[in-house]
Amino acid sequence: MSAPVHPDFLWRDPDPRPSYDVVIVGGGGHGLATAYYLAKNHGITNVAVLEKGWLAGGNMARNTTVIRSNYLWDESAAIYEHSLKLWEGLSAELDYDLMFSQRGVLNLAHSLHDVREGRRRVNANVLNGVDAEWLDADEVRRFCPILEVGAHTRHPVLGATLQRRGGIAKHDHVAWGYARGADALGVDLVQGCEVTGFEIAGGRVRAVLTSRGRIAAGTVALAAAGHTSVLAARAGLRLPLQSHPLQALVSELLEPVLDCVVMSNAVHVYVSQAHKGELVMGAGIDPCNSYGQRGSFHVIEEQMSAALELFPVFNRVRVVRTWAGIVDVSPDASPIIGTTPVDGLMINAGWGTGGFKATPGSGWVYADTIASGRPHPLAEPFGLARFTTGALIDEHGAAAVAH
Amino acid sequence: MQLIECPWCGPRDEIEFRYGGQAGIAYPEDPSALSDEEWAGYVFMRDNPRGWFHERWYHVHGCRTWFSVRRHTVTHEIGRDPESPRREEFG
Ligand SMILES: Cc1cc2nc3c(=O)[nH]c(=O)nc-3n(C[C@H](O)[C@H](O)[C@H](O)COP(=O)(O)OP(=O)(O)OC[C@H]3O[C@@H](n4cnc5c(N)ncnc54)[C@H](O)[C@@H]3O)c2cc1C
Ligand SMILES: [Zn+2]
Repeated sequence: MSAPVHPDFLWRDPDPRPSYDVVIVGGGGHGLATAYYLAKNHGITNVAVLEKGWLAGGNMARNTTVIRSNYLWDESAAIYEHSLKLWEGLSAELDYDLMFSQRGVLNLAHSLHDVREGRRRVNANVLNGVDAEWLDADEVRRFCPILEVGAHTRHPVLGATLQRRGGIAKHDHVAWGYARGADALGVDLVQGCEVTGFEIAGGRVRAVLTSRGRIAAGTVALAAAGHTSVLAARAGLRLPLQSHPLQALVSELLEPVLDCVVMSNAVHVYVSQAHKGELVMGAGIDPCNSYGQRGSFHVIEEQMSAALELFPVFNRVRVVRTWAGIVDVSPDASPIIGTTPVDGLMINAGWGTGGFKATPGSGWVYADTIASGRPHPLAEPFGLARFTTGALIDEHGAAAVAH
Repeated sequence: MQLIECPWCGPRDEIEFRYGGQAGIAYPEDPSALSDEEWAGYVFMRDNPRGWFHERWYHVHGCRTWFSVRRHTVTHEIGRDPESPRREEFG
């Protein structure tokens, strides 16, 4: 497919109106997808997306675009696979080339424990109808010839899981495609509009207070990723979320050398080569809470040393740019979607280090949840209630690499 | 790299420490009296401010002292926690 021809403007730049049926707080991928599906699937178009900065300048602009659905538990497999199926038709749906490339995602196993864990996950995936294969070391070498799998390396590769339908997409195009689609259906995308508080009366949210005035709302739907706790605190809510910087980097442009995504849970690095030619590598989170949109250099250093062990061929490659986004991490590495103790205030957060892949699915189930006032069946297990019932959805294994 | 002051060893590189999350989360006085919601609050709910945060650190690659500091989550400025032990208090 060729690059899309850009018109001057993909969406209007409206001033906020005094009142909406639904106000979505946060114009990242999830907020935009939610707005699009509210209008498209549910005919709800009196909707505003309020974004404090510019559209999709948060984690949506900063992620490394790995897409896959090979999570361990049934609940996760269901929602991430729903998302992956949407990805498979999304360029056509939005009439926008998202450069979605199903090039295969390898998850390396470096120890016996990794092997057991990987095989178990492959089996669980297959039972859930998610494509998954186990590759032994030889098969890994054939699939990705530049990977050092030898027995004498610091991180020997004993095998890997492979999801062939996994891959990457162009994150900006995804945001712009959803934004254009939502705008065309009548949604107001309001930039430079920070939500600073909530008007709550009789246990129900009535309006948001913003840097551009009060805006009344039937439903307020948070989609603020790393800043969700800050917003929730303004509504008097405490959440099981902690915010951390997550870093990534790109190299200079190279000839095509890597045609799949490779990730290693044990050494916390993952690599793909973007369409333009740069290597895109993700690191781990900084362990302490932070909203400083920069990570520590020692995290990058560790990540690079691991990457070079796995890919000695990259040892002369230059890093061009590193950056960080603020991710909202939950105790079980699963998202939190649904209602809150404040009537009319909905939450969709906790996607942490891995929510880009979920953008379509998350928007889909959140829109349905907002439209009907009860959780979409795929979202139901991910409600806040699980921290009281104890029915956690522990995806630390499948989400160990921060992506 | 943040420079964190261990009350015993003094200022050391961040990589010598392990993070311990929010400080001052006391174990419930009468655990059996807690409702499920209260347990959820104790186990899972945490403050997550953009600003000053009272938090625990563990000098795992040093003297192995647990201590708390007040740290700003945007500027990473660190202030001493008056309730944390001082060097003189170590035996
Ligand atoms: C370095 C890095 C690499 C990643 N790699 C991957 C990956 O490979 N695969 C994957 O699946 N996921 C990945 N992720 C995670 C993914 O980016 C996030 O889970 C996802 O983008 C979060 O949803 P979002 O797009 O809506 O967030 P965001 O784009 O962060 O949107 C939230 C928006 O809310 C706005 N906002 C916040 N507070 C307010 C307020 N008070 N008023 C108005 N607006 C407000 C923010 O400005 C922001 O634009 C990565 C993240 C990072 C940082
Ligand atoms: Zn010490």
